[in-house]
Amino acid sequence: MQKISAEMKKRASELLASGEVSRVIGWAEGDFCYDCSPATFTAENIDKLVYTDFCGANLSKYLIKESKKEGKILVFLKPCDTYSFNQLIQEHRIVRENIYVIGIPCDGKLDYDKFKFFDIEGVLGAESNGNELTVDTIYGKKTVNKEEVMLEKCLCCKGKKHMVYDELIGEEGELKESSRFSMVEKLEAMTEDERYAFWQGELSKCIRCNACRNVCPACSCENCVFDNPESNIASKANANEFEEKLFHIIRAWHVAGRCTDCGECSRVCPQNIPLHLLNRKFIKDMNTFYGEYQAGEDTETRAPLNSYKLNDREAYEFDKEGK
Amino acid sequence: MKKIGVFVCWCGSNIAATVDVKAVVEAVKKEPNVVLAEDYQYMCSEVGQNKMISAIKDYNLDGVVICSCSPRMHETTFRRAAEKAGLNPFMVEVANIREQCSWIHKEMEEATEKAIILARTAIAKVLLNAPLQSGESKVTKRALVIGGGIAGIQSALDIAEAGFEVDLVEKKPSIGGKMSQLDKTFPTLDCSACILTPKMVDVATNKNINIFAYSEIEEVSGFVGNFKVKIRKKARYIDETKCTGCGACVEKCPSKKTPNEFNEGLNNRTAIYIPFAQAIPYKPTIDASACIKMKTGKCGICEKFCGVGAIDYNQKDSFVEREYGAIVVATGYNIINLDRFNELGYSDCKDVITSLEFERLTNAAGPTKGHLICPSDGREPQKIVFVQCVGSRGTRSCDKQYCSKICCMYTAKHAMLLREKHPETEVYVFYIDVRTPGKNYDEFYRRAVEQYGVHYIKGQVGKVIEKDGHLEVQASDLLSNEQLHLDADLVVLAAAIEPDPTARKIATMLTASMDTNDFFTEAHAKLKPVESPTAGIFLSGMCQGPKDIPETVSQAGAAAVKVIGLLSKDTLKCNACVASPNENMCNGCSLCATVCPYGAITYVEKDFRIPGGVVKRRVSQVNEAICQGCGACTVACMSGAMDLKGFTNKEIMAEVESVCK
Repeated sequence: MQKISAEMKKRASELLASGEVSRVIGWAEGDFCYDCSPATFTAENIDKLVYTDFCGANLSKYLIKESKKEGKILVFLKPCDTYSFNQLIQEHRIVRENIYVIGIPCDGKLDYDKFKFFDIEGVLGAESNGNELTVDTIYGKKTVNKEEVMLEKCLCCKGKKHMVYDELIGEEGELKESSRFSMVEKLEAMTEDERYAFWQGELSKCIRCNACRNVCPACSCENCVFDNPESNIASKANANEFEEKLFHIIRAWHVAGRCTDCGECSRVCPQNIPLHLLNRKFIKDMNTFYGEYQAGEDTETRAPLNSYKLNDREAYEFDKEGK
Repeated sequence: MKKIGVFVCWCGSNIAATVDVKAVVEAVKKEPNVVLAEDYQYMCSEVGQNKMISAIKDYNLDGVVICSCSPRMHETTFRRAAEKAGLNPFMVEVANIREQCSWIHKEMEEATEKAIILARTAIAKVLLNAPLQSGESKVTKRALVIGGGIAGIQSALDIAEAGFEVDLVEKKPSIGGKMSQLDKTFPTLDCSACILTPKMVDVATNKNINIFAYSEIEEVSGFVGNFKVKIRKKARYIDETKCTGCGACVEKCPSKKTPNEFNEGLNNRTAIYIPFAQAIPYKPTIDASACIKMKTGKCGICEKFCGVGAIDYNQKDSFVEREYGAIVVATGYNIINLDRFNELGYSDCKDVITSLEFERLTNAAGPTKGHLICPSDGREPQKIVFVQCVGSRGTRSCDKQYCSKICCMYTAKHAMLLREKHPETEVYVFYIDVRTPGKNYDEFYRRAVEQYGVHYIKGQVGKVIEKDGHLEVQASDLLSNEQLHLDADLVVLAAAIEPDPTARKIATMLTASMDTNDFFTEAHAKLKPVESPTAGIFLSGMCQGPKDIPETVSQAGAAAVKVIGLLSKDTLKCNACVASPNENMCNGCSLCATVCPYGAITYVEKDFRIPGGVVKRRVSQVNEAICQGCGACTVACMSGAMDLKGFTNKEIMAEVESVCK
């Protein structure tokens, strides 16, 4: 990881020095090593760029604003982030000519919240070696199985292959099968009442902080319906159980067919609501009804919900098993 | 304050018998903004319209609500009247208290309550309505006719006669359709070919008609007056410009074992073939799946014998893109597949045939030169049983619920012709009912029974089996209430008809609606029988429902008249209810353009002021002359930037809220 980080810094500095790019989007450490957040850099502060197992954030969305500014910008994209990048290109939200993409490898990012299950506190750093994660804390070193403390989105990793890049650091990776629909299948197997209770339990935790919306690369409207008083739903009070869910249901519909399953919504949720499950249900259904489709795999393929093919089947033509 | 006038129509007793119109008037009078509420017997009458016109002037109304029938019936009437009074027509809203209220409710109390709610809903909407202006769009003065059977031929001829260019697209190698396969036609018994082929020749020689035979519709876009259609010209593997139609290739072709579609598979044809003697265009087609050269690379005999070098084994499908003002659908019919009617032995017994096969067997140009024989061994049949309603008027899953309409008459024709030509034969017809409405039809059927001695037996055939080279027919005679066992040499099944399977694909491309049987739906069952609900699409022939040749020809002519009426206009008034984007909210994501079926949406880069400077953003623009107001873009748009004039999100929400109050 340190080697990659050094290589990234080197390439960023070179590109900045040559004038090829004028800014860089990457990650910077906060007060603690585990609170890495997206940041822009110029030649003056490029030494602050980091890339660690705590750099889970997807940088694609920031390009909507950044790529419209003067000069070219360098962005570091992990394999899964490239899907969001392509999706934004397809939706004309980012200006490709103003962006230089360096694909960087990723072995799965860490979910700091999960450290508490292993009584790990006072974290100073973490270094992984294969599946073994050594965490350096103020109380000494601790070792855990990395998968136990990885982000949900990394447990369902799509693979190590970048869908788009101008330059790659490290080897070209490969796609990977994941069992990302297993929880959706469990929900589908529930009775309606059980499912309602599940979502009621989860969504009633929501504090409407809007973090999921703000981080979501698909939720990037100039003027979100939830901020628009004309839409009749902005700042509406949750008058009943159902309306409590309305925000998330509307959001799931708005990103349906466009969601790349980057998992950022669940990563940033301070209440740990498994929001990605709503999106995955849509993805699973679309795959069943209209054939396999991965948003952001490329920039041309039309999404199932905005295209019509003569052999498209209607939802009612399928039985419960999706046949 | 906006001033609204409300008029409640009785529609004679249609509304007034179930809805207390006076109570509706009293209720809406209490609504804010309503300055006038009246009821009248027939609002659509001249007196009714004048009431509205004078009220608009006298009360200086800003909006009018008419509580009456469906807006599909009289919205235009009332909007036109408003325009006369100087009010923008889009300031008139119709509350449908007939189809959606009085006709479907029995209790007056309930119906009245609902009528009041519907009236309030329309008031809520009209208060938010904005005056709209319609644009104009040009009309492409050319028509497309899909299907080259008698329906398509007649429509094409009539449109062409009026001076407009017509493209006639037929998927088979020749125009002519099912009628070209028939022997004689009821009730006059003139030879089908003799009356059809002159029309086919007219089509071929008419300068205004372009025939696209062996072609299919690939893509359709656009809208009434401005359709864009991509036509696939399937490869015939013949250079039609060189071919003289001499037929040497067909004569020499060594591949002779393909079932002849034109003869319903009763004999075989060569791989390179001309379907029938009067085919138009009279050019051969190579069936690539049967051609030895194309399958194995060896042969090439047709190429060798072609004197003009017209054979081209490498020919590819080609595409033509054309623009049209109107489209006539004349996709025709087929008889149903009888595989699921095992009990009648069609799949197992060679001597059980369909009526269409019977036509070919009695046709002088058919596989037996008109000599009726049993297909199994070539003997002349002595006893022939006709079975009516095979798959028609049934309730099983393999049945059609509808009456195929033509079978009673053609079966009478077959039976009569048989007895005339072969008086020694015994002819039985099993029927559920004999249906013969139509000029000279019942007389025709009675002649078959009375003059020609055809045995008509009311009852259905339950089983046909082959036994010792004969057919055994088990049937019931409902009048004498007994079971019959008949020996027969030939059994002829009057198979149900169904729309051509390609019709659904075409309907989808045209966004024209179909019923559950895949027949095209007309805009109004009685008053708009040749118009599809989709503007600019007209219906001709069997594609709309079962009908015989005279009816088909009448409908084809009627469809042509509608097309001529449309094409004779230079411009059409556009729909004023078009989409309009709010640029400040638009993401420029192209989703609306992607879902727009009319290609009405484009994008521009525009500068927008933001705090601290200017940002260039891509935003959508709607071409109002192209937009048909379908609203697909408004529902696709995530941010709600796209709205539909006349049906804005706010107006619809106001209606919903008013209903929920």
